[in-house]
Amino acid sequence: MNMLSPQRQRLVVIGNGMAGMRTISELLARTPHRYDITVFGAEPHPNYDRIALSSVLAGEKTLDEIVINSRAWYDENHIRLITSDAAVSIDRVARTVTSASGLVAPYDKLLLATGSKPLVPPLPGLTLPGVCTFRDIADVNQMITASETQKRAVVIGGGLLGLEAAWGLKRRGMSVAVVHLMPTLMERQLDVAAGTLLQRDLDERGIAFFTNGQTEEITGTERATGVKLADGREVPADIVVVAIGIRPNVDLGRACGLEVNRGIVVGDDMATADPDIFGVGECIEHRGQVFGLVLPIWEQAKVCAARLAGDEDATYVTPPLSTKLKITGIDVFSAGALSAAAEEDEELIYQDKKRGTYRKLVLRDNRIVGTVLYGEVKDGPWYVQQMRDGADIEAIRDRLILGEAAASLTGTLDPTAKVKALADSAEICGCNGVCKGTITSKITELKLTTLDGVRAHTKASASCGSCTPLVEGLLLLTAGVDAKAAGPKPMCKCTAHGHAFVRKAIVADSMKTIPEVMNRLGWLRPDGCHSCRPALNYYLLCAWPGEYVDDQQSRFVNERNHANIQKDGTYSVIPRMWGGQTNPRELRAIADVADKFGIPEMKVTGGQRIDLLGVKREDLPAVWADLNAAGMVSGHAYGKALRTVKTCVGSTWCRFGTQDSTSMGVALEKMTWGSWHPHKVKLAVSGCPRNCAEATIKDFGVIAVDSGWELHIGGNGGIHLRGTDLLCKVERPDEVLEYCGAFLQLYREEAYYLDRTAPYLERVGLDYVKAQVVENAENRRALYDRFLYAQTFAQHDPWAAQNENTTFKTLVPAE
Amino acid sequence: MDGSIISGAQGTQWVEVARLGDIPRLGSRVVSAPKGDVAIFRTSDDSVFALDDHCPHKGGPLSQGIVHGHNVTCPLHNWVIDLSTGEAQAPDIGCVKRTPVRLEGDRILLALRA
Repeated sequence: MNMLSPQRQRLVVIGNGMAGMRTISELLARTPHRYDITVFGAEPHPNYDRIALSSVLAGEKTLDEIVINSRAWYDENHIRLITSDAAVSIDRVARTVTSASGLVAPYDKLLLATGSKPLVPPLPGLTLPGVCTFRDIADVNQMITASETQKRAVVIGGGLLGLEAAWGLKRRGMSVAVVHLMPTLMERQLDVAAGTLLQRDLDERGIAFFTNGQTEEITGTERATGVKLADGREVPADIVVVAIGIRPNVDLGRACGLEVNRGIVVGDDMATADPDIFGVGECIEHRGQVFGLVLPIWEQAKVCAARLAGDEDATYVTPPLSTKLKITGIDVFSAGALSAAAEEDEELIYQDKKRGTYRKLVLRDNRIVGTVLYGEVKDGPWYVQQMRDGADIEAIRDRLILGEAAASLTGTLDPTAKVKALADSAEICGCNGVCKGTITSKITELKLTTLDGVRAHTKASASCGSCTPLVEGLLLLTAGVDAKAAGPKPMCKCTAHGHAFVRKAIVADSMKTIPEVMNRLGWLRPDGCHSCRPALNYYLLCAWPGEYVDDQQSRFVNERNHANIQKDGTYSVIPRMWGGQTNPRELRAIADVADKFGIPEMKVTGGQRIDLLGVKREDLPAVWADLNAAGMVSGHAYGKALRTVKTCVGSTWCRFGTQDSTSMGVALEKMTWGSWHPHKVKLAVSGCPRNCAEATIKDFGVIAVDSGWELHIGGNGGIHLRGTDLLCKVERPDEVLEYCGAFLQLYREEAYYLDRTAPYLERVGLDYVKAQVVENAENRRALYDRFLYAQTFAQHDPWAAQNENTTFKTLVPAE
Repeated sequence: MDGSIISGAQGTQWVEVARLGDIPRLGSRVVSAPKGDVAIFRTSDDSVFALDDHCPHKGGPLSQGIVHGHNVTCPLHNWVIDLSTGEAQAPDIGCVKRTPVRLEGDRILLALRA
């Protein structure tokens, strides 16, 4: 089709903000070449994360850190970006956009993403120097500059925006007062109880409040000197920030005759009254609603991009909204209804005055329709999920208010019983040789209260992690700290989020790079660490096959160097042997490589291949080149990836063999090699139930029987020996491949990084996997298709790609 | 690498060992120095550091570790080393020898002793 079209369509975007550029990213992901794209931005900057301006104001981030798409991104995608030159008119007949400087851009499709303007009441004194709003980088710079020379600030507005501005200025050393029209803060997102708690906490942090305060004028003659309230109160100030809200920026839409109410009216297809003009973000109105939160806007971007790409079925529905306040150390969350509105509504409330926590759920027909959380908000996303799913909460009603952990509790056991019974000399951590007495005495001596603390000071549970439950038990027994009660474990010290949350967010919010994930999920350290970066890299790779660019610097050494590092800093190299089969030519090439590079040791591995041990880093590319020349490729023996497919000789040779297990093994390996996973994955195929290939301790094991193939999953011969569970029995070889691909894809999409299939299966349960892979044929085929699709990008020999890679070379300074 | 001598004082010479572009951000390269391998690191803010390529714990090659902030994690047992001081992050105890390094434009110069 593309080849026949005479020229590409022209898409003009007015607004270089988050909504517009998100739509463009989504569009490029769907169809990179359909449009010639021109973007008009009024600000001089590339596209940045407006939500993070609060963090910039508070000094927690720099402006560079909040850039979403750099100018290089526009160049790479051939987008013409015009900054500092606002679009000023639209001619719908000539189909052109004209900018302030007189530039005229013709369009076939037009996207309005003009965002919003600060809402400013008509107050005397508004134009005085020292008065600003809180909307863009220029505003933030103005506030930062003021904070360096001035002392007192007044913020008008005690909503989300105003409080974040107030906190930022406070952090920059100013004394800050907030004037708010209503009796309690954030009254649109919080009920009275939570709003009162919030005011108390901010008050303790030194912010003064004037609630029920109607601003009458901003005083001053040369510059602002304060504000005067209607009841006579006066608040002195050197700068005044007006942050009472936003209103859609509809000027262009109105001027060119589109239908405009509060915002530019769009339909479920994101198109305005003119079918060639679309709108997204804060400038639009959809079914009477206008928008200020990011979640629905991402959804709009998705639908709008789909429509622009030609998908006539994409339809926008506003998702349930939730709010979070970005003030460090103050946790507030709300979603849906704030209180019972109808007679049949019920409220569940839990309050701990001493700890300053508060939880409220609004129920209707045994379903959650709203929540307000204060002080402890980690269950917020879970409640929203229940809301979205319309889950019936009758069965867990008595525990629901306590959150996800309590609601999913089924019985109670004394978790310390097991460790209590152990002697002090009993070894807890086998990797690092740490016994119970050492751990308990360190916990007492150093007053340790966290798993990380115990790991740092004793090394127990710091290597393979299999003794973590025992260490947690010791913490509970010795220090009375329940390490598990803290909810889902954070991925690492860089974030409070657990793996499940992050995986979900990456997909749901279409996050496409590691910096984007870290930025949007509030990572505490800008580059993360050695623990979270490889996990994020994998999650993104799995979520966006063919699109995400693998970040080599976020790969563990083995996956970056495509070989397995040994204790002396040399590497082991293992070429792939399909199904464990080899031949004289390959064996000769391996022997030649070992001679040529003086490789000190060779070993046959448990996975039926040959390991070359003691290869120097600098020799790796040359070793691979020689192995490649003999037709061999990387065995991925170093990766969180498909390792081996172990086979027996099967019916071809064996007098007991029922099927050709070797050929089946080769077929499985040809299908799965190169795939990346949360952890290593091993397969095996045995030709009869004698099971010589040990298929029942593999991640996916196949056992041939006379009438077909038994498929087994979740086995592990490693730290915890676990025999497989029988998934099902199939009759045909192509079914073996389909079920295998589907199960591996399910594991790839759902397991947490560094969990093998065994703990994954323990977590979700065999019944769940059966429901997904066996009982639901449609789902199985969809999983299988996604696996094969990802494989089209993964099946490239990483060794062959390293010929040009010079980073293996040691640099030598000249004399 | 066409390294050249920039200046010298008391047996120490600033020697060009690489261009900034030779090292990926959050990556490193190994330089063969008279007293053993030195790892040069480039952090996300384009700062450059040089340490002996030898973890104080079990001698792991720090150059092959993951760089984050101004730290590198040893690939063998996850000790975290502060690139600016060479010190291991508490509670681990140990220190790696640093080599003075500086950037002139995009040229990376190491102070190597003859």
